[in-house]
Amino acid sequence: MHRRPLVFSSLLLAIALLSPSLGSGASDMPDETAWVNGLRAKFIGEKAIEEGNDVIELSAPYRAEDPALVPLQITSRIPQTPERFIRKITLVIDNNPVPFGASFEFTPDSGKADIAMRVRVNSYSYVRAIAETNDGKVHMAKAFVKASGGCSAPIGGDLEAAMARLGKMKFKMDGERLTPQQPNLTQLLISHPNITGLQMNQISRMVQPAHYVEEVKVSFNDRPVMTAQTDIAISADPNFRFYFVPQGQGELKAEIRDNLGGRYSTTQTLTP
Amino acid sequence: MAGIMFSDRVERRATHASELAGGIEHLLSRVHNPGPSTPTHRATDPMPRPALLASLLLLAASPCSGRTTIHLEPIAPGVFVHQGVHELPDRHNQGEIANIGFIEGQRCVAVIDSGGSPEQGRALREGIRALTRTPICYVINTHVHPDHIYGNRAFREPGVRFVGHHKLAAAMAARAAFYIDKASRDLDVALTAEDFVLPDIEVNGELELDLGERRLTLVAHATAHTDNDLTVYDETTQTLWLADLLFMDHLPVIDGSLNGWLKVLDRVRAIPAKRAVPGHGPVAAFWPADAAPEIRYLSELRTELRAAIKQGRTIEQAVASAGRSERNRWALFDEFHPRNVATAYAELEWEED
Ligand SMILES: [Zn+2]
Repeated sequence: MHRRPLVFSSLLLAIALLSPSLGSGASDMPDETAWVNGLRAKFIGEKAIEEGNDVIELSAPYRAEDPALVPLQITSRIPQTPERFIRKITLVIDNNPVPFGASFEFTPDSGKADIAMRVRVNSYSYVRAIAETNDGKVHMAKAFVKASGGCSAPIGGDLEAAMARLGKMKFKMDGERLTPQQPNLTQLLISHPNITGLQMNQISRMVQPAHYVEEVKVSFNDRPVMTAQTDIAISADPNFRFYFVPQGQGELKAEIRDNLGGRYSTTQTLTP
Repeated sequence: MAGIMFSDRVERRATHASELAGGIEHLLSRVHNPGPSTPTHRATDPMPRPALLASLLLLAASPCSGRTTIHLEPIAPGVFVHQGVHELPDRHNQGEIANIGFIEGQRCVAVIDSGGSPEQGRALREGIRALTRTPICYVINTHVHPDHIYGNRAFREPGVRFVGHHKLAAAMAARAAFYIDKASRDLDVALTAEDFVLPDIEVNGELELDLGERRLTLVAHATAHTDNDLTVYDETTQTLWLADLLFMDHLPVIDGSLNGWLKVLDRVRAIPAKRAVPGHGPVAAFWPADAAPEIRYLSELRTELRAAIKQGRTIEQAVASAGRSERNRWALFDEFHPRNVATAYAELEWEED
């Protein structure tokens, strides 16, 4: 009879899988420390920040039901016109091991610089949406999220099924038909386990190597509508909801690249 | 204290052996208490109970000393179940919330789930010792969840073999570090590597265990409650130990696949068992009748989520609206339902239209 004892390294991994109960400790209260002591300088530098909901709004659950699947909605308050538009939105999760969540680039062809996604939140943290308009100004909206363990949570459910469809993608349009000259809402679903590199396997005694989507490019008839640089904070099976303005019928295309060099794409023909 | 309680129980077990066998059907609990229940909730059950049950309940009364106690109730000849409580795992209950127990043959005892803490594992072992001298040959882990496996270490000794789903070892490996940290924070229970014992015998498909004049059939299922669910069928008494594939009163918790779970339920529903043992709920259930609420909850959730996804509703909107009509029918609904919705939504949005 042999039994394989488990050996543990003392990796301090965070919390909360099955139980929605959340942690106690020093970080329960909204806390700007990480932001003030480095993140602001890193992401914004010396520039002034306009805080508030005039240009951009962020909605997030105050208490996350599942720290590995926290839905975020970033809503722009200005239309994307060639004269004035949001050029870039950066998502920062202050207390995550990798605070950079993603950055999204938009164009006037985006129609509306809205973006919704699901993210991992590793401890009680401010989540920030930082918008840069084409005039170079910086606008920020923030929300405090109570969640813990999102990045180190073991990959639950059916990893085998998830790996089997890795790279599969699909668009889901909001309506049956395209509405030309108007912002059309679409959702891009990407099947990818987005492994954080913080989930430790006790048999191999190794951390499961990171394997996540790094870049997402969406175009309509070859004109870019949304380009994203993404990191491990994006939940497994990345999912983005955004707008684009079609001139008429055409092809909506998504191309992604992961950190191990995997490239996948999908195309959908749309008609008014 | 517990020791005295158990030896007392042994006496009674001997004197009332025949009575026990006859009273078993009455022991099947039909209590569908939607509120949080406790191990003694049946004491207030207005349904008439045989005198025997009353005496068992007296014996089972908790001394409230804060020490882990085990109340092993006979639900069929040689089948004993300790009933858990419908609570979130916390510092007070130390994660001792699931139904656990054992089945005894002529030659061997098979423990089914070892408990929610190392201490509950020790109490279970003591409780079994007080009831029988038959050696423990097997510890069957029905799945990876902490409330079912944290007692493992107490049973680790020569002659005891651990049995689990062929995916259990991988699930333990992937979750152990995370679980240890969580146990220390949420339960105030210090775990180490030694508390996780990987299976010696892995079940892929079916496996029979011979306990001596008693055969158990173990089935490893496809992803359902988790990706490593194992059920135990005792032919002698036609008892189907479903563990967390069956939740009663306590809201079902999806940590695997909603579609998969419904598929597995469809399959096990056909098993002509006289009784089933749920992972959370009464110690014994009518089968398959008592699976109805769980099947209803899961099916309704699926129907509503499919519709929501088709209508383009977001995961946030679904969490706020899907399955709410079940709210008053389950304990711990608010604690687990929103998460179930999110998990199931993320699964169902990949279904082909
Ligand atoms: Zn479970």
